[in-house]
Amino acid sequence: MTDRALPLPPSQLSGPDVRKISRIDIGLKRRYAAERRFRTFGLMAVALALTFLALLFGSIVLRGYTAFQQTRITMIVDFDPAIIAPDGDRSPAAIMSGNAFRFDDLIAAALVRTLEIDPNDEDALYDGLDLLSKGSGPMLRSMIAADPTLIGTKKAVAFYATGDVDSFVKGTIPADVPESQRLIKDKHIVLIDRLKADGALRLAFNTALFTNGASTRPEMAGVGVALVGSLYMMLVVLVLSLPLGVAGSIYLEEFAPKNRWTDLIEVNINNLAAVPSIVYGLLGLAVFINFAHLPRSASLVGGLVLTLTTLPTIIIATRAALKAVPPSIREAGLGIGASKMQTVFHHVLPLAMPGVLTGTIIGLAHALGETAPLLMIGMKAFIVDYPSTPLDPATALPTQIYMWATEPERAFTERTSAAIIVLLAFLLAMNSIAILLRRAFERRW
Amino acid sequence: MKFSTAAGAFVLGLSATGTAALAAEQIHIAGSSTVLPYATIVAEAFAEANPNFKAPIVEGGGTGAGLKEFCKGVGDATIDIADASRPIKAEELDACKAAGVTEVQEIRIGYDGIVFASDIKGPDFAYEPADWFNALGARVLKDGQLVDNPNAKWSDVKAGFPDWDIAAYIPGEKHGTREVFEEKLLLAGCKATKAYDAFIASGLAAADAQKACVKVRKDGKAIDIDGEYNETLARIDSNKTGIGVFGLDFYQNNKDKLKVATVSGIAPTVDTIAKGEYPVSRPLFFYVKKAHLGVVPGLKDYVEFFLADQMIGPRSPTVAKGLVPAPKEERQKMLADFQAGKTL
Repeated sequence: MTDRALPLPPSQLSGPDVRKISRIDIGLKRRYAAERRFRTFGLMAVALALTFLALLFGSIVLRGYTAFQQTRITMIVDFDPAIIAPDGDRSPAAIMSGNAFRFDDLIAAALVRTLEIDPNDEDALYDGLDLLSKGSGPMLRSMIAADPTLIGTKKAVAFYATGDVDSFVKGTIPADVPESQRLIKDKHIVLIDRLKADGALRLAFNTALFTNGASTRPEMAGVGVALVGSLYMMLVVLVLSLPLGVAGSIYLEEFAPKNRWTDLIEVNINNLAAVPSIVYGLLGLAVFINFAHLPRSASLVGGLVLTLTTLPTIIIATRAALKAVPPSIREAGLGIGASKMQTVFHHVLPLAMPGVLTGTIIGLAHALGETAPLLMIGMKAFIVDYPSTPLDPATALPTQIYMWATEPERAFTERTSAAIIVLLAFLLAMNSIAILLRRAFERRW
Repeated sequence: MKFSTAAGAFVLGLSATGTAALAAEQIHIAGSSTVLPYATIVAEAFAEANPNFKAPIVEGGGTGAGLKEFCKGVGDATIDIADASRPIKAEELDACKAAGVTEVQEIRIGYDGIVFASDIKGPDFAYEPADWFNALGARVLKDGQLVDNPNAKWSDVKAGFPDWDIAAYIPGEKHGTREVFEEKLLLAGCKATKAYDAFIASGLAAADAQKACVKVRKDGKAIDIDGEYNETLARIDSNKTGIGVFGLDFYQNNKDKLKVATVSGIAPTVDTIAKGEYPVSRPLFFYVKKAHLGVVPGLKDYVEFFLADQMIGPRSPTVAKGLVPAPKEERQKMLADFQAGKTL
């Protein structure tokens, strides 16, 4: 607005001035137009980004939300001691050993009663068993081993339906294609409809998705092992990269002389932050596994590799936070006789802490979603058992997503999206914590 | 500082629990992504049947990568079994022996069929190997002359094929499947169309003529898929006139989206592949480190469990998944050879 220097009405001005004003007017219009254009472009860019984001989240949520529910078939099981413990030994060890197929007999008996079929009609029995997860026998066995007092009682057990039945009930396997091309046959549909009408077959919350490890059967597969693996890795990253990163930045920022060497180090740290993470994976494979002989697939190795990828981010964030503390604080500290170290640890670092924590959490969130380096160190593996220490084999959330994405079964498709939702929820939570921390501890000078 | 004490305690804790974890080792398997689904099924069933053993850890990564890892040596940090969708090569075996893996046991678990499928709503296809060579070969025989492949549409390849632009999604060169595709289709087709003879006549040695036969055109009509079959399926979803190469297992799980083609008049089924009628199939293997047999708990049991009828017999879960079972005598011989300790 300061450009428009002459507020006089045009009638009071002589010839050249009028021309000047009208030129200013034209320039003004042009500048307004340019600003409007820029704003429109900006809005369009934001709208475009938001649209893609909405599309991404929309498609993932639409494909994945069904996986949080799962088809269960509830049947009354007669925990017959003659079958479970033929020699009378009811200890968990005895239940876990011996013929594993005896638990399938319990399921078959329960199915015969539920469907009211002739026990000698094998075809009808097998058609019914087709609906149940092949993991039902082992599931029943672990259940009895965990609670041997079940033996001799009758109790309703909610079995998992197979992944295909689950997909059919949810509509992802369409019923309107010819039977020969359909994964669920007509005879099974009859049974499904019947069990549904009886209330035996229904959708329930999918606990297996959160508690189980890898499985070839989608209905039994879960992200449990991956969650624990990711948690271990985050612990290792936090424990190693926070002290290392903070100590390194304090030294570089507060103590190190400013010379060619520290410049070189700074440039290199910035470069390291931009190195593709797969490179760190290769480095981890060569150093931690092939050279140091740490076990493959262990979350400790994953954590070490991710520490390397996170360190530059944390150092850069910490140095920025330290730089933002006004020099007057340091001068005041030094002025009343505190040593350099006392000044840094008593005054500068506490004031920089919100920035440090924010940087750390964002670095951790990055590490949580990192996939490529983990592929190199064997964390993309089929792992059923929970890791009890960070040295045991484990997977991570992003690698679990990657593995499920390559499975052919329809039921794994929705579980892939569900696992993505779980990962996104964690990332969202971590980023929110970072924002909250910043809000809570932010200092203004 | 509090943080560093906590960190020190944590790292100490790690190393303390670490030694305990290393002692109780579990079976570690890596290799072919074609064998992976079968290996995981057996691993899961093995853990269920033997609660005293931990479930084996199964990684994919490809035949070549698995064998490389396998041949790194013996001991805790190396894998016990390598899955393979082709026999181990002589140079790989040499590398193994050089690294101290002197005794390798080979187990053939069954067969794998490779099928050609297009969108479910499209027409039926019946291929001969020659059709694939004429559609995808870099140089083909036209009117008695070797020329750069001129065929742009399937209808150019053979009368009766639909008027579709050729778009074939074939496995990338790192896949074991690619070798089978080259050998059983391109090379066979090359010989059937007499292009092989023409290559020889043009002065190429036999080995070079074979290489020329399996060379795929580079004008965008043959698209290498380096990812998994899901990617191929997605490509066909978006291009309804595309033809994809799949494993039998993948096709069986997506019958409602894909229509399978016959090769030389034979439809791919578990039956036709087991009998050797369907031409595009290959054996699947895994390799066991004999030095680990008494050391890694459950390794011997796992191999024997794998070779049981309940796991790779005609009515087993791996066969339901798409593995083509080997004849009974072959399976029994495998088990006997393994128990006798036969090595390569």
